[in-house]
Amino acid sequence: MDIIPIMSDVAIRIDDLSYAYPDGHRALTSVNLVVKKGESLGLLGPNGAGKSTLALHLNGILTGSGRIEIMGLEVCKKNLREIRNKVGLVFQDPDDQLFSPTVREDVAFGPRNQGLSPEQVDHAVSRALAWVRMEDFEDRSSFHLSFGEKKRLSVATVLSMDPEILVLDEPVSNMDPRGRREFIELIKILDATKIVVTHDLAMAREICDRAVVMDNGEIVADGNPALVFEDIELLEAHGLR
Amino acid sequence: MKHDFIDRYSKLESPVHDRDARAKTIALFAIVIICVTTPPTAWFAFCIYAAMVVIIAAASHVPYRYLFSRALVVVPFILMVALFMPFMHAKGPATHWGWLTVSQSGLLVLWNVTAKSLISVSCLILLTSTTPFSDLMRGFERLHVPSFFTTVSSFMYRYVFVIVDEAERMKRAGDSRNYNGRWLWHAKVIGHMVASLFLRSQERAEHVYNAMCARGFDGTYPSWKDRRMAAADYTFMVMIVGTVLAGRLAAIWI
Repeated sequence: MDIIPIMSDVAIRIDDLSYAYPDGHRALTSVNLVVKKGESLGLLGPNGAGKSTLALHLNGILTGSGRIEIMGLEVCKKNLREIRNKVGLVFQDPDDQLFSPTVREDVAFGPRNQGLSPEQVDHAVSRALAWVRMEDFEDRSSFHLSFGEKKRLSVATVLSMDPEILVLDEPVSNMDPRGRREFIELIKILDATKIVVTHDLAMAREICDRAVVMDNGEIVADGNPALVFEDIELLEAHGLR
Repeated sequence: MKHDFIDRYSKLESPVHDRDARAKTIALFAIVIICVTTPPTAWFAFCIYAAMVVIIAAASHVPYRYLFSRALVVVPFILMVALFMPFMHAKGPATHWGWLTVSQSGLLVLWNVTAKSLISVSCLILLTSTTPFSDLMRGFERLHVPSFFTTVSSFMYRYVFVIVDEAERMKRAGDSRNYNGRWLWHAKVIGHMVASLFLRSQERAEHVYNAMCARGFDGTYPSWKDRRMAAADYTFMVMIVGTVLAGRLAAIWI
């Protein structure tokens, strides 16, 4: 039996969440999950398990049946603005995330939507770019960057909003080993609550202190990564080995 | 994959590149408007306009060759609209070469369309090749062009590269399986490629919109803080508009 932590400790609480895509395909079936503040949670599972769909629920891009609370705030239309300031979502394909003509405008997009003053926006932009070590890229166009640079920049576009929860969808897929290594180091030093959606067990082992395995829209395992990853039978049954 | 077919010369350094996007937009659009409203027989005025275009091009270091080759895109339209005019305008004085009749008024129409479209297109090419696209859009916004237009254009600029890349990848995937798209029965495959490109673009649009919403987008694009127009920008604008306007007025009085 899980001990349900007291309210103030909870970053994300998901109660009985189900979701079906408009074409009728069921992506999530009564998902229950509580994530504590400061936790690094690896959300693992095979392709099509519903991991990304779940991630899109965390800031209300998709809304299924059931209830989600972020830092005690219910995810509903009224709270969306505040929720999206708290939850930073980094998409898998950086070309989806980087839509502005220049790097600076991309990183400034979120802070400007938050209604910060121009000086605060400038500050947030340079701080976020320094975090991912891309200070010299401000005036470059996002398109002409390498894949690894685009990935780092995608994180910066969200870090500039100073989120309390960081959701990374397949953060190191398609990256070369050095890019991957640098990226993992970068994620490790961020002290937000982290949800890392992946099927890369090696990375999850490094970054996460809790592993949740999903398959077919349901959570099938939840626990310490060291224990979950030892369970060969479980991994094989759910396409992770 | 790298593409530079839009922005090739817009990051050079020159007195023209340094000017504020608003100053350039106003000055070059002024040339266009003044030019198209000039009577076709005001030869002197057209010389002034052409000289102005040449001077701006020289100052901007944009190669003439590039400017000229880009300006040639209007040629097919001139051909379609105006080439047959000299032979069709039956009224008024005309020259006869055997069975061929060339009317003066028709020739004038040809000249009018050719001169005006070449000068106008050159101005627009100069504008876009001396101003980075994002600056241009910001300048437009500052000039109160509807934000719908600037937003859509910015997205087009950002994603045209992605779409070209996708098309290129698709073509390579086809080529690697010995597909060369040369025969009539290949038309179906090309149709499928176009359709799948369209679907991918639409899917992409949905993802991008999600990414924007995730960062708090609520339908209005936040605008940038102002860069003030400097004295040099005003001088640039006034000099160009003044000279061209003077040429236009002089042509009336002469």
